[in-house]
Amino acid sequence: MSFAVEFKALTKTFNGVAANAGISLKVKKGSIHAIVGENGAGKSTAMKMLYGTYQPDSGEIWVDGKLWGGRSKPWSSPSDAIHCGIGMVHQHFMLAGTHTVLDNILLGVEPIRKEWKYLPIPNFLKGIDRTRAAKRLKEISQQYGMAVDLKPSVETLSVGLQQRIEILKLLYREASILILDEPTAVLTPQETSELFLHLRKLRDEGKTILIITHKLKEVTSLADRVTVFRGGRVVGEREIQETNEEDLATLMVGRKVNLHREPPPLPALRKPVLTLKNVSLGTVRKLRNLNLQVRGGEIVGISGVEGNGQSELLDLLIHPQHYSKILSGEIEILGRPSNALTTREIKSSGVGVIPEDRHKEGLLLDRPVRESFLLGLHRNAPFSRRGIVSEEAIDKNAKKAIREYDIRPAHAYARCGALSGGNQQKWIIAREFHQTPELLIAAQPTRGVDVGAIEFIHQKIIDARMAGSGVLLVSSELDEILDLSDRILVFYEGEIVGEFNRGEASEKVLGLRMGGAADL
Amino acid sequence: MRLLRRVQIGQVLKPVFSVALGLTLGLLVTKIAGEDPWHVFKILVNSAFGSRYDLGMTLVYATPLIFTGLSVAFAFHAGLFNIGAEGQLAMGAFAAAAIGYRLQNLPPYIAPLVATLGAALAGGIWGGIPGWLRAKRGSHEVINTIMLNFVAAGCCGWATIYLIPNLDSQNPETGAVGANFMIPHFAFFGEAPVSFALPLALLVAFGFWFFLWRTVTGFEVRAVGQNESAARAAGIDASKVRILSLFVAGALAGLVGVGEVLGTAGRFKLGFSPGYGFIGIAVALLGRNRPIGIVLAALLFGALHKGTSDLDLETENVTRDISLILQAAVILCVSSEGVWDLFLKRGRKKEAKNG
Repeated sequence: MSFAVEFKALTKTFNGVAANAGISLKVKKGSIHAIVGENGAGKSTAMKMLYGTYQPDSGEIWVDGKLWGGRSKPWSSPSDAIHCGIGMVHQHFMLAGTHTVLDNILLGVEPIRKEWKYLPIPNFLKGIDRTRAAKRLKEISQQYGMAVDLKPSVETLSVGLQQRIEILKLLYREASILILDEPTAVLTPQETSELFLHLRKLRDEGKTILIITHKLKEVTSLADRVTVFRGGRVVGEREIQETNEEDLATLMVGRKVNLHREPPPLPALRKPVLTLKNVSLGTVRKLRNLNLQVRGGEIVGISGVEGNGQSELLDLLIHPQHYSKILSGEIEILGRPSNALTTREIKSSGVGVIPEDRHKEGLLLDRPVRESFLLGLHRNAPFSRRGIVSEEAIDKNAKKAIREYDIRPAHAYARCGALSGGNQQKWIIAREFHQTPELLIAAQPTRGVDVGAIEFIHQKIIDARMAGSGVLLVSSELDEILDLSDRILVFYEGEIVGEFNRGEASEKVLGLRMGGAADL
Repeated sequence: MRLLRRVQIGQVLKPVFSVALGLTLGLLVTKIAGEDPWHVFKILVNSAFGSRYDLGMTLVYATPLIFTGLSVAFAFHAGLFNIGAEGQLAMGAFAAAAIGYRLQNLPPYIAPLVATLGAALAGGIWGGIPGWLRAKRGSHEVINTIMLNFVAAGCCGWATIYLIPNLDSQNPETGAVGANFMIPHFAFFGEAPVSFALPLALLVAFGFWFFLWRTVTGFEVRAVGQNESAARAAGIDASKVRILSLFVAGALAGLVGVGEVLGTAGRFKLGFSPGYGFIGIAVALLGRNRPIGIVLAALLFGALHKGTSDLDLETENVTRDISLILQAAVILCVSSEGVWDLFLKRGRKKEAKNG
């Protein structure tokens, strides 16, 4: 049996912290190998060493039975890796948006026109032979069943197609080992299954695929073999037949995890906390004719592919004053028309917000985390009195939050940006729950958060609902929506295109609606 | 313990090392000029701290730099770059002089107080304009504060010559302020005019700390400076905070007028500032935008200014221009602090390997 990639006791340390401590790993040729683990478990570090972005402190990497790099002969860059047939699709695509698909694929390896070949000028001044390239690409896309139009500029394409171009880019460079970093994070369920189809085809054609992910369901449905990382070490390796989601989750977290958390039956509904009537936004119609209501004691989930108006809705709810000129329709927050409210009034009247992008809208990353905790509470007693901030009150409440939410590191003076995503999110939730919110707006509450923290955050949201809060949950994670929501609304191009009660919708139905399919 | 955790040793040591390195590099230049660097250094120290008078003059030079340093740092904490301290201090100083000239008969104690408030207000308004433009119209404060420096210079020049000139002098300066306006000097420093502007500067530095780190509004200022979207999402009115911040920054710069007009000259002299507003940027940088750091940095720059003033007389080959070289070397070393991190990391790596 020959291995495409073999890691032998690979170690990489950053500032004294071991991101990878003695990683050993074997990837069979022509297989799909999944690498799972929580944030900060060291998956990406390991892959970046394979791709040449980082160099290991010690240990060896073998590729196709040959020692790859190593301390005696360190390789220097991703371009070496590409040269040796290793390609990587990054989580954030590396595409030049205004260029055509063809030019993006050729970028860096442009073939030169025959008639220019012997001209005495440097190569970068010679003409590009697009016809020849297009012909070869057509062959490649036929071989792997990945059809793509080469003419349009990349920015006009859907995310799923852009990803396909990234993969074609690697195939054009004749990569035999493909690394994909969280490839499904931005895809609809339909696009995801299409991607998986292509990946299987690639495997059958002899390519080796390494896929980094934290979505266990995808692992079990796609991969042949899976390696679990935790705390910079390999804690388990399984053939896919001999494992299941629960098993993998337990390995990842190091304890038993409840993956699907069914909330107890609906308590008696209270009065509405959020009402939208015929709300439309602007002339470009980012939001169209929205009617929705959230009542105390229920969780209303909004699902949809990102960029279909969810962000606009969230911003509208928090900063209504910015939209007064382009807004039509009525919004009532806790019984008051929102157009008369400032952000501070909304927040202090009992609205808790878990922001969509916590780095941008929730935290002061360069300051001790206690200041992020204080943000928004700073005008309330006991945190301040007569305009003077009370240090003791902050310390006392921060300590309480650390205990109650099991936050690590367990002190409030750590720089906020140094915390893991899960712990940052816990601080935000501790802050927003400090006064039990009547309306909780939770946007992507578990994005970039590890499995253990997801469980905790979901429990907190369910607790809020049981205590009588109304929850507006916006998420692109279908599982989250399906597990938590009492009612589900589907957004497509700024419009509500589907409404389901708990239990009525399946993943497939939601996925189709999210993709804009009108009828089933 | 808590204090230790907050004030990391490295944060204190790094600027000290940087300053030492900068001074060393700067003094090596005198070697090229044909002087003994150690000799030059001794003259420098002696001239800056050698006698009560020398120390006093160092403090006199340092006082306006404390104000402008605080001004730049305050704006910085709000995420704004105030390059307009030069114009704001001119407006402040002129306002103090104009009040002192026009209201000759104000009673003692009240008089300097009124002039001080006037100076702060004038500087504040001059800073508030770009703040308002930034918050409401979105035009960048860097451009506007720079341009307003020129406008301030023009306005002050015109008003000095046409409105309240000193008719007894050929120089472009205003008439003298009333006797009640002059603030007393400390006798301790002899001839050096160390006035009550110095304790005022220290008091303001303390107020700077208290406001930013102990009040709700100060927290809002820092929150907006750190992350405007997060601050807005938390219900903070970022526009208001921006305007307020540049107003306060301007007021701080305006207070330079207190020492210069009410403490020393007794009148507004056109072009009295040798660039205090711009050196204030360096002071804030060196002082890491913290009040204690700014006071120390201002003292250093004051000492350099005073210390080099005797070089003309006492050495053959270097002149006081060496002051500029030293300042520049110190600023370069301080602003390239990343280099220190590199060294520290190397050291740690070696330790790790050996250990």
